[in-house]
Amino acid sequence: MSRFEQAFSRGPALVCFLTAGDGDTAANLDALVAGGANVIELGMPFTDPMADGPAIQQANLRSLAKGTRTADILNMARAFRERHPEVPLVLMGYANPMTVRGPEWFAEQCAAAGVDGVICVDIPTEEDADLGPALRDKGVSLIRLATPTTDAARLPDVLKGSSGFIYYVSVAGITGMQQAAQGSIEQAVAALKAASDIPVAVGFGVRTPEQAREIAKVADGVVVGSALVDLVKQHGDDAPAAIRELTAALAEAVHTAR
Amino acid sequence: MTQTATPNSFRNQPDEHGHFGRFGGRYVAETLMPLILDLEREYRAAKADPAFRAEFEDLLANFVGRPSPLYFAPRLTEHFRERAPEGMGPKIFFKREDLNHTGAHKINNCVGQILLARRMGKTRIIAETGAGQHGVATATVAARFGLPCTIFMGAKDVERQKPNVFRMKLLGAEVQPVTSGAETLKDAMNEALRDWVANVHDTFYIIGTAAGPHPYPELVRDFQSVIGEETREQMMAREGRLPDMVLACVGGGSNAIGMFYPFLDDQEVAMVGVEAAGHGIESGQHAASLTGGRPGILHGNRTYLLQDEDGQITEAHSISAGLDYPGLGPEHSWLHESGRVRYLPITDDEALKAFQLCCALEGIIPALESAHALAALGQLTTEMAEDKLLVINLSGRGDKDIFTVAEALGAEI
Repeated sequence: MSRFEQAFSRGPALVCFLTAGDGDTAANLDALVAGGANVIELGMPFTDPMADGPAIQQANLRSLAKGTRTADILNMARAFRERHPEVPLVLMGYANPMTVRGPEWFAEQCAAAGVDGVICVDIPTEEDADLGPALRDKGVSLIRLATPTTDAARLPDVLKGSSGFIYYVSVAGITGMQQAAQGSIEQAVAALKAASDIPVAVGFGVRTPEQAREIAKVADGVVVGSALVDLVKQHGDDAPAAIRELTAALAEAVHTAR
Repeated sequence: MTQTATPNSFRNQPDEHGHFGRFGGRYVAETLMPLILDLEREYRAAKADPAFRAEFEDLLANFVGRPSPLYFAPRLTEHFRERAPEGMGPKIFFKREDLNHTGAHKINNCVGQILLARRMGKTRIIAETGAGQHGVATATVAARFGLPCTIFMGAKDVERQKPNVFRMKLLGAEVQPVTSGAETLKDAMNEALRDWVANVHDTFYIIGTAAGPHPYPELVRDFQSVIGEETREQMMAREGRLPDMVLACVGGGSNAIGMFYPFLDDQEVAMVGVEAAGHGIESGQHAASLTGGRPGILHGNRTYLLQDEDGQITEAHSISAGLDYPGLGPEHSWLHESGRVRYLPITDDEALKAFQLCCALEGIIPALESAHALAALGQLTTEMAEDKLLVINLSGRGDKDIFTVAEALGAEI
């Protein structure tokens, strides 16, 4: 059983996002795991994060201003894998930093670092050749995004070649802004589950345990990002305690939703 | 807006997936994909619709003021002949895009795109702008068609380009200062994309240059091709033959591709694009993506970009705000690698000198962008005989630039 399969096999999973190199990443990631996160998404900072709202934009710039390099991020991933052999780790980011040395290089590095999956915001299925084949070749899952604008005709193409889980972006918009209506989430998850066997995690705009609980009633996973990234901004080096506290509340809500 | 797909043609790109060779493509978030597929379908239908073309041409004639003149520049021609070796120094012509409504070529594309927006039933317009020229052109067509319009502009550019900010407001647009990132054009484009992704249902994004996800590079090129098509007719009528060289500045590259595209399969027509070399390529402070960058993915397309080895985008610099962007349209990347077009870097200082020369010798204040193309004349005219014909795309007028030029020359206004 893959790490993803295990993580999603025990009821709804909590998926937590942090930007690599923003604050003490190793300590913050440990706090997520200690708080009960089931899957970790580690954001690769990019100078031009066009799908992100202000919270993650600023986290990207804070990290890059500190001099975070791609090699550092891969080292963080490798160290995380050594500390936490069971917890699935996903790298999430944009096409240019992922493909600048060629997709094969990136896929190899991911596999060697123990990364389980990759989410690339700006490589849609139409441009899959730029990343997908290399990742699949190395046994790294390509996790695609489905959105409210992904219609039934398009969905099979989006699902093709993706594995691990499907990330349903619940609102047409950027990260960290408004939350979608519960009704629309239920409908979308049902459509995705009908079209595929892989787990469906729902994110964008999820900030509180109450929101997470509602979503976990219908989805296989709930993704929280901006609310955690905000804690790094607020608390700096003291962020681990605050991150652990919020994660524990979210995990409790998600794990007891059904 | 026709294109002939013959083997060995330079006019048969992009392919059906929006690729110009290995460049171009559709690198956007999934939320936008259905919309740009829709836009492509709608554009194909519009292209085949005589009524669309008729409305486009009517607006170009009566609202924009086309055709723009092909002007023979006698004193500039003479100036360079005096400095060239015996028998060298071509006849220099200006394609006067500076005489268009709103003062630059930008309006051609905006007219085309707003007609597409209406066709698609979109009720709100957004655009990015650097110096404000594309913002003004977009605000202009939005006013003409009564659509609400939001222009994203880097906060630094809002401060530097106050007259254009006021123009946009007069035209009824909302100007949204962008405080993320470096607060310039690329950040304005990021913010426009963020707005678009949140408002896909009712909003049309009028991209200002021949870049972005497919089909934008193609449709912007097609709308701007009126420049080269007119030049061809005008030169045939005047000299009975095609020009020997066409020359244009390249920021994103829409004025250049509009001039080049109709001539791409005329092998006797040489083509030169001029990139902004800022303080010099070796200084690292420039906007010359082809000379000083390498291929990567940004803003929906694969193209040459200014970037570090990790693929982080680096800041561009040019005295000309319209060229101050760390990438360029994907078709230029392809034309560069295929060797069909030659691209030269020109520095801020060289452009400033050419700006002054054009004012003094021809009585025309060129845009600083166009002054980059003019600055290549010193070199190019020595390579061409007296009986050759050279056309520069004078892409815009320079009234907007007088404050920048005054500051660079140390003059008080």
